[in-house]
Amino acid sequence: MATKTFKRPDGRKVDETRPMQAKVGVVPNADGSALFSFGDTIAIAAVYGPKKMHPQHQQDPEKGTLRCRYNMISFSVDDRIRPGPSRRSTEISKITEWSLEPSLLIKNYPNMVIDVHVNILQANASTRCAGINAAAMALAHAGIPMKNIVSSVSIGKLDKNLVVDLNKDEEDWEEGEGSTDIPITMTPNGEITHIQLDGRITKEQLKEGIELARKSTKEIYEVQKKALKDSIKT
Amino acid sequence: MKTTRITGERIKEYLEKGKRFDGRNLEEFREISVEIGVSKKAEGSARVKIGKTEVIVGVKLDVKEPYPDSPNKGNLMVTSELLPLSSGRFEYGPPRFPAIELGRLIDRAIRESKFLQLEKLCIKEGEKVWGVFIDIYSINDDGNLIDAAGLGAVIALKTAKLPEYDEKNEKIVYGKLTNKKVPVSKEIPIIVTTHKIGKSMIVDPTLEEEDVSEARITIGGTIEGSLFSIQKGNSKELTIEEIKKMLDISEKTRKKVFSSIEKYLK
Amino acid sequence: MEIKNKDQVERKIVIPGEVISKGEDYLPGEGTEKIGNEIIARRYGLAEESNRLIKIISLSGIYEPRNGNLVIGRVENITFYGWVIDLDSPETSFLHMQEVPKYINKGGLSDVLDIGDMVVAKVLEITSRGIDLTIKSRGLGKIDEGIIIKVNSNKVPRIIGKAGSMINLIKEESGCNITVGQNGLIWIKGNDVESELLVKKAIMFVAEKSFTQGLTDELKELFKKEKGK
Repeated sequence: MATKTFKRPDGRKVDETRPMQAKVGVVPNADGSALFSFGDTIAIAAVYGPKKMHPQHQQDPEKGTLRCRYNMISFSVDDRIRPGPSRRSTEISKITEWSLEPSLLIKNYPNMVIDVHVNILQANASTRCAGINAAAMALAHAGIPMKNIVSSVSIGKLDKNLVVDLNKDEEDWEEGEGSTDIPITMTPNGEITHIQLDGRITKEQLKEGIELARKSTKEIYEVQKKALKDSIKT
Repeated sequence: MKTTRITGERIKEYLEKGKRFDGRNLEEFREISVEIGVSKKAEGSARVKIGKTEVIVGVKLDVKEPYPDSPNKGNLMVTSELLPLSSGRFEYGPPRFPAIELGRLIDRAIRESKFLQLEKLCIKEGEKVWGVFIDIYSINDDGNLIDAAGLGAVIALKTAKLPEYDEKNEKIVYGKLTNKKVPVSKEIPIIVTTHKIGKSMIVDPTLEEEDVSEARITIGGTIEGSLFSIQKGNSKELTIEEIKKMLDISEKTRKKVFSSIEKYLK
Repeated sequence: MEIKNKDQVERKIVIPGEVISKGEDYLPGEGTEKIGNEIIARRYGLAEESNRLIKIISLSGIYEPRNGNLVIGRVENITFYGWVIDLDSPETSFLHMQEVPKYINKGGLSDVLDIGDMVVAKVLEITSRGIDLTIKSRGLGKIDEGIIIKVNSNKVPRIIGKAGSMINLIKEESGCNITVGQNGLIWIKGNDVESELLVKKAIMFVAEKSFTQGLTDELKELFKKEKGK
């Protein structure tokens, strides 16, 4: 029994994301780059490629390869993270690849790789979603042929209430049924390219949550689109 | 693509006339821009841009046991990562030499200059001291990451504050900063790298210039004139005269760089 | 048959997935796809319509070689039969020793072109292995001196301009020889380094403002300003 009048700790409405910021071209060296933030969660992504894939044995003669690497910088969180990859960052790297790949039209780039580097500069939950949003913009900015740009958001359940765009306080929610975290990535047509669940939820509420994500990702898409359009002066 | 040989010839030619491609003098830095407190999670942080080169530096603190040979001193660890994000030339993987060298250069500068006053970071002798981590990340490499990192580290440290320490539960309350600044000395260490290209000496090379640098010398010093760290890099030899000249250039430039970042050190 | 208004598709920046136009009248050009009666963008760039053909002009992306393209590259490696050339593009390029307008002894390859040398070449053929180059025609061959700069290959048409108008303006104002490689590498050779750098500035100016209208006039202003210094 979700209630639309549920009070979130930071005062947001249940279907309200934190203020978002998006910008492209933040790394001049990269072929494409972007920054995306949900409130205090800040992600930057840089794309290098298409270029020859090394090592050679990883080359795919039938199409281009997307290779994503997600990592959080040491001071992105309260408790310093030791530099270097972790199991979590390895998993999220793969999730990021899977969330972006359906949009890419890279059949014409055999034996080539497109490297996407995502770094989280500051974390307040929903980092993988911010990273995917930045990466999608960076890929477009790099001139990669794509079907569309995907948008990602975390749907949460706090006790029995569905909310959009979890922050850390909400991720750590302990009242009632606690917190459930559902990051979802969708194309502008509502197709899901990524979904994960962490917590406890009924099928009905999950379906409701997905509808909420649909609405939210539409808003996020507009932010991404504007950032790309604003960066070119005509 | 690395700077081509023929462009390199032009760079040398131009330098001999006292000019650079972007119109600067040989001993002139690009525009330095600084932002303090860019991170809400670090106890001190800075973003430094020199031209298009950009680094971000964060200072994090923890409380641990001291090293056995310095029971009443805090700990310092400087790490640097050359993010693949920042350049097509940086590969993903464990840190390679350039990243390691950068970290160690900045470490030596902070440590040997005694800028960070480790003896004031003791909480309980032999048992508890503050550990200071300085983490440097490259965001865009257009040459001279070393000097940018040096500035970032110094500014991040100078503006860092100690977090609250819950003595009873032996836990740091991150997110709550006290008004106590991380103890640093009055003398500010500034790192300037001078490069030899052909017959000329320059400071603050762009990536294009760095590609044709034959020898470089990184010198850490204060504007008061003390030198506390020197490292020569790259493969060509330097005569005694050349080193003396580079020491002079370094001193002059150090003062100019200091005056452009002075306002951030208040 | 309905006669549609020619101004129906406005020139605008589009992102992948965006619908550029609806209606049976339009045809999908470069960077677009037609689905049903909609033309949809598949690249980020400027959507332009001419004679009912809608295409995307990109500002980013890799060099897509075409036979006959003039390109500039760097000798990366020497093999038994020729030189591996780096065009700053993901495909491998090769210049076979038979595509050089003189007889070379095997083992004499490095005397003709050595590693690190820059060369102006033409794309002879594009095969599954990569790009085959030639330096047999006039104007091709080793570059002796000058400055090499790099822009994104998608900006080359803008730098050259309609019927060469932009690049010719730059050549006249600077007095320099300029060879523009379709792969985005540009060779500038002038009487002095100042003129060469003026060309570099002008080209970067055009590259940065690719989609601005009235760019030619702005460029003329830039030259006036620079020469007044």
